[in-house]
Amino acid sequence: MSFQIKEQPTVFDVCIIGSGAGGGMAAYQLSKAGAKVALLEAGGYFDPADPKYITQLKWPWESPRRGASTTRPFGDFDAAWGGWEIEGEPYTRKNGTEFDWFRSRMLGGRTNHWGRISLRFGPDDFRRKSIDGLGEDWPITYDDVKPYYDQVDKLVGVFGSIENMRNEPDGIFLPPPKPRLHELFIKNAAKKVNVPVIPSRLSILTKAINNERGQCFYCSQCSRGCQAYADFSSSSVLVIPALKTGNVTLFTNAMAREVLTDPTTGQATGVSYVDKEKLTEHTVKAKIVILAASAGESARLLLNSKSAYHQNGLANSSGVVGKYLHDSTGASRSAFMPNLMNRKRYNEDGVGGAHVYSPWWLDNKKLDFPRGYHIEYWGGMGMPSYGFGWGIEGMNGKYPMPDGTMKPAGGYGASLKEDYRRFYGAYVGMSGRGEAVASADNYCEIDPNVVDKYGIPVLRFNYKWSDYEIKQAKHMQDTFEEILTAMGGILSGSKPGPESNYGLAAPGRIIHEVGTSRMGNDPKTSALNKFSQAHDAKNVFVVDGGSFVSQADKNPTWTILALSMRASDYIIDQVKQKNL
Amino acid sequence: MKRRDSLKALTISSLGVVGLNPQETLAERRELETSLPDDPIKVPGGRQKEEAIRDAKLMKEKFFTPQELATVTVLADIIIPADSKSGSASQAGVPAFIEFMMKDLPQWQTPMRGGLRWLDVESRKRFNKPFTGATKAQQIQLVDDIAYPGKAKPEMSQGVAFFSLMRNFTATGFYTSQMGIKDIGYMGNTPNQWEGVPADVLKQYGVSYDS
Ligand SMILES: Cc1cc2nc3c(=O)[nH]c(=O)nc-3n(C[C@H](O)[C@H](O)[C@H](O)COP(=O)(O)OP(=O)(O)OC[C@H]3O[C@@H](n4cnc5c(N)ncnc54)[C@H](O)[C@@H]3O)c2cc1C
Ligand code: SF4
Repeated sequence: MSFQIKEQPTVFDVCIIGSGAGGGMAAYQLSKAGAKVALLEAGGYFDPADPKYITQLKWPWESPRRGASTTRPFGDFDAAWGGWEIEGEPYTRKNGTEFDWFRSRMLGGRTNHWGRISLRFGPDDFRRKSIDGLGEDWPITYDDVKPYYDQVDKLVGVFGSIENMRNEPDGIFLPPPKPRLHELFIKNAAKKVNVPVIPSRLSILTKAINNERGQCFYCSQCSRGCQAYADFSSSSVLVIPALKTGNVTLFTNAMAREVLTDPTTGQATGVSYVDKEKLTEHTVKAKIVILAASAGESARLLLNSKSAYHQNGLANSSGVVGKYLHDSTGASRSAFMPNLMNRKRYNEDGVGGAHVYSPWWLDNKKLDFPRGYHIEYWGGMGMPSYGFGWGIEGMNGKYPMPDGTMKPAGGYGASLKEDYRRFYGAYVGMSGRGEAVASADNYCEIDPNVVDKYGIPVLRFNYKWSDYEIKQAKHMQDTFEEILTAMGGILSGSKPGPESNYGLAAPGRIIHEVGTSRMGNDPKTSALNKFSQAHDAKNVFVVDGGSFVSQADKNPTWTILALSMRASDYIIDQVKQKNL
Repeated sequence: MKRRDSLKALTISSLGVVGLNPQETLAERRELETSLPDDPIKVPGGRQKEEAIRDAKLMKEKFFTPQELATVTVLADIIIPADSKSGSASQAGVPAFIEFMMKDLPQWQTPMRGGLRWLDVESRKRFNKPFTGATKAQQIQLVDDIAYPGKAKPEMSQGVAFFSLMRNFTATGFYTSQMGIKDIGYMGNTPNQWEGVPADVLKQYGVSYDS
């Protein structure tokens, strides 16, 4: 290991840390505008169309563990390098609280395997405090972001349907795929219990939008990355095209250590990083530094960028960096569908996600919890993988054979084979994804005692759900039960109750963590201004979920993309005006 | 069922995947990286180098003794025999899959090895022979006592737990093999045009796209 620090001779216009949703968009916009960009990515190179990386269309038997999740949290074929735990890169928790942190270390970050659910926030989602008195309003409104959502829709592509629901703004949509059979059942059952079900909004190209990217061929494997580039991954849709401009210098396996600042002006001068393979130390000089390492990692970088000028860490004179961390809530339930036993076989793969979903449909003023949730669905005749058939002894003694006869649970032989066949594809499930109330008491900070293997101080989390989220989860469970029962489903397991917070997943598990460097008009209570620019250093920006004031009852990525595009436009404008 | 939500749900549903502690597997990986000879490893497409190294190492190790593997093979073929539609578990390579899983997820080693031992002891008590040495009729007599959780005698409970484990591994191995996927009738994983549910199926269930 060498302690000599190697400097890049050039001064880049911009240095971007992280190549996920936020970083990819900034790299794309700024390089197209002609800026010389240094893009630092802690993970390795990844291109979903390069056979070296392709797992799409592989069969379960091509994995010796048939896709089990031994080395990848979502299984062998999932396009995520990283996971809940990364060797040599720990994080810690405080006060007996829970937070699980999912990190992907690869070009494109977590957008290579994300769920492609691409929802705009609605007008209410930017002004929750005005509505219910909790948390804080954003310093911007839906109208400020709408032109950027429109541009993201056109640049990236998203399917959906025009619904004219006030707080579920329509986008510029490609045609949605028709529902699968169980999704039709869901739709009909939900109608009976007054829950709306509409076509999903996923960033998948049901029609080609340009010559660089193909059209979806319905393999339902977006989580593996798409070799046709028919879904949104930052790697294929933003970073690789940005590299083609010739204006981007990509540094892979480059783990940023801290943002360097000028001791007299406090402005950023560049970034120091460690080369993860050679373990050498480097600096990159740049006129503007954009953090996009994910909400958690960017907070960590800011807090680790301490200096005499920025004693609390960079962009943190307010002390809010790391605070207001919040993830979506999540709870699930599934059921067995007796009427789907012995169903006819056909290819129902469809796109890599549900073809329908339920946006939030109630008025929180009439409920005992302040924020809403949406519902995601699954089920059907998927490709078998590790775990298939597990637990048949809990099923096959309960339901009659086609000829009406019953048999004892368990068993073996030819008649057991019949059981796997008759139960195949006869399950449905649903998950609520809700908005949590952001709170200063939920935060990440630098652990005073622990460093990672590169010597970088690590994050320590403190996070607890409040009654707001727990009551919301209870409502989810009641709704799931109503819909599943109305469908004629037999619910699996027993209904989660207060002992498990109604099945509310541990914080972090839904992987929508945001809020750790929130934007606002008051530099005393926010880290960034309404253009995602640090109040304390005008050439520092954060373009991941860190800037969120509140996470809506919608997944965050479409808003990360829109806000990163907006920040990039602002940077281009400010450079033109010589303010930057 | 391969989106993250379905995977999450599987861990809590009755057809669930096996839970495991990533810390544990990472610790293991660390160990083998330092202990592995540096013969060249071919990294298959879609795998990371550390994964390929780990897989290659596991492939070289042996878990089951020849006697154990023979018992696993007999049991697997009792659970999934050839029928008019498809072949047997052993024809689909299930014993080798189970062998691999014992090394990949070591938490199963003791239940599996101990269960095989339990079976042999029971077989010796009844027939004076290990399970593989017993006649087909004797094997089935023993299996009948442990294959039905709802009917088995209380003193057979350990055998019942073991047989359920064998049944689950056998089914997962079989239905994720080429033969098993054909048998179950999964028709996807190939470029397609999704035009909606076939008309005859819509009709069968009395649903439509118009409502
Ligand atoms: C399984 C799964 C499903 C999801 N489904 C959805 C969905 O359907 N809809 C939705 O809206 N969202 C979804 N998400 C969330 C979505 O992936 C994130 O919101 C999004 O990727 C965040 O983008 P980002 O740019 O902030 O961070 P990331 O995508 O995490 O990218 C951050 C990048 O920065 C790099 N990095 C980190 N630290 C450093 C450092 N110190 N130096 C250099 N580089 C660094 C990382 O390696 C990574 O490449 C899902 C996530 C997962 C894991
Ligand atoms: S479902 Fe469509 S977009 Fe997704 S991976 Fe398959 S072909 Fe690509």
